Amino acid sequence: MIDPITLITALIATSTPILLAAIGELVVEKSGVLNLGVEGMMIIGAVCGFMVAVGTGSPWLGFVAGMAGATALSLVFAFLTQVLLSNQVATGLALTLFGLGLAALLGEPYAGIIPPPTSDVFPQAMHAIPVIGPILLSHDIIIYLSVALVAATWFVLKHTRVGLILRAVGENHDAAHALGYKVVRIRVLAIMFGGACAGLGGAYLSLVRVPSWTEGMTVGAGWIALAIVVFASWKPWRALIGAYLFGGIAALQLRLQAAEIGVPVALLDASPYLVTIIVLVVISSDRSRAALNAPAALGRVFHATS
Amino acid sequence: MIRLIKRPTPSRGWIVATPVLAVIVTMIAGGIMFALLGKDPFEAIRIIFLDPLFDDRFAAYSRPQLLVKAGPLILIAIGLSLGFRAGIWNIGAEGQYIIGAICGAGFGLAFYPSENVLIFPGMVMAGALGGWAWAMIPGILKTRFRTNEILVSLLLVYVAEAILASAATNWLRNPDGAGFPGSRNLSRHAGTANPELLANTGMHWGVVAAFIAVIAAYVLLNKHVLGYQIKLAGQAPRAARFAGVNPTRLVLLCLGVSGALAGMAGLFEVSGPAGQISIDFNVGYGFTAIIVAFLGRLHPVGILLAGLLMALTYIGGELAQLMMGIPASAIQAFQGMLLFFLLALDVLSNYQIKFGREAVT
Repeated sequence: MIDPITLITALIATSTPILLAAIGELVVEKSGVLNLGVEGMMIIGAVCGFMVAVGTGSPWLGFVAGMAGATALSLVFAFLTQVLLSNQVATGLALTLFGLGLAALLGEPYAGIIPPPTSDVFPQAMHAIPVIGPILLSHDIIIYLSVALVAATWFVLKHTRVGLILRAVGENHDAAHALGYKVVRIRVLAIMFGGACAGLGGAYLSLVRVPSWTEGMTVGAGWIALAIVVFASWKPWRALIGAYLFGGIAALQLRLQAAEIGVPVALLDASPYLVTIIVLVVISSDRSRAALNAPAALGRVFHATS
Repeated sequence: MIRLIKRPTPSRGWIVATPVLAVIVTMIAGGIMFALLGKDPFEAIRIIFLDPLFDDRFAAYSRPQLLVKAGPLILIAIGLSLGFRAGIWNIGAEGQYIIGAICGAGFGLAFYPSENVLIFPGMVMAGALGGWAWAMIPGILKTRFRTNEILVSLLLVYVAEAILASAATNWLRNPDGAGFPGSRNLSRHAGTANPELLANTGMHWGVVAAFIAVIAAYVLLNKHVLGYQIKLAGQAPRAARFAGVNPTRLVLLCLGVSGALAGMAGLFEVSGPAGQISIDFNVGYGFTAIIVAFLGRLHPVGILLAGLLMALTYIGGELAQLMMGIPASAIQAFQGMLLFFLLALDVLSNYQIKFGREAVT
């Protein structure tokens, strides 16, 4: 039978890359920018993190490198959309297509290598505590960091001046510009934050979650992160719920496949994506909620005329 | 100080010039990438862009491949361009391509071993219907529940891949294939084959369909009220609503046409060049077609040229892999770069660039 405690432990680890990418994209979208390149940034983070971790033997340097690589890619997006005023949808797609190609190119010599292990935070003895041990105390630092990041993002967006300015830029860039805020600069910083988060998520995928490098290993995680932002109605804590819900489905379907119950494998393989679509439909069909929470300037080009 | 001043309408000259410029800049950047890989950049660019067409050793094989690879790219990109013009983003053509191939192949295999001449037209219809139905999922969810079509169409690609894996290993598997994954070979059976129509040209029914699609799209966009509505909805959505354009109908139409064309492309591929349904018969044409659509400026004739160019990079990429050991993924990065430079240079068609400080008024 499926053990609920190991399932919950597994779902937390499965969800973390997506949660990290989603929280980054949430901040980007709050600033009024739609970056569809999450998938590309994640896979660049995965490959950069893997290369540096294998090269130096340190997973921590790997995580930093993953963030740096994806941030560099996000700067390309920022330059195109904020300075050269290109279409955000098309540029985001280009980011994903380019990122997948470049990552495959960079990662070619690294197939079949095992990365250095990432240590857990709490000593092994504490994992043995019933229920709480495996669920809460058996993880590595990135998992705790991802939850802390959700809390920090919520606090900054809701209770600080920085958050207020960011939201103002996302709701009405012309008004924010008229008040003297540097719309482009704020958005570039938000895009970089999104890149760093996606890169960390990608590096977590290749260094801890899988752990190895295979071409196209993100298999849509970046797109699911984008869907989770919509599911979350742009609220950080709901992104956490959404990511864990998705991770739960993904972890559960793997266990069902292993248990060989009478459900077709194709259906189980597709279930995380199908559930994401169904959830998207449910959220978007509620007209009042979807319209109230989406940043009003999302995806619109800002061109200061004066 | 550099300032951008929005042009009232995009510059016609730059609209034509930017794709050409983007290709040149990509060649330079790609050359730098190849140099970083330790390969001679000039030789690499020559092998990718010139040798497939002009080198005596390769041209006999490569020239027909140009149409073989351009056919599906053009067919899919024409469909996508209609939606992209209207602001409807179908980015899941890869999924519609897979489902179209499965439906068409399934139709053909249902009549195996009959060699009736009506089977192949039926397969094309089934392929188009399969792709259409797969694209209707995001279409109906968008019009009925306002669900984002970008995310749904893309997520459905992964669902289609799961269905493909199950078809190739399970319910479409060749019963005489000794248990190996993959369907019966469609291209070697007279009833289901999509043959080369003129010897050594690479011309098969999919290429014919691509040319017809180019002409039909040209007529639609320039002579038909529907084409006018598509363009209007993209450029001025508010004005389009006042002019009586029905947005629901437009979404379903654009997604439906692009899905049907992608499904047909999948069927032509699986019954011709690919030959059979296998786990990985799809090679990402559905995604590359997005680049083709943009590089062709969403214009039918432009897409025709862009499709041929992108096909050339595929063939040249294979050649570079063979001759110089340049990895296949380098070409994928190269194609992605091309889209980047195109979008970056687009600033020239939409904005005037002024140097110097703005005069105080």
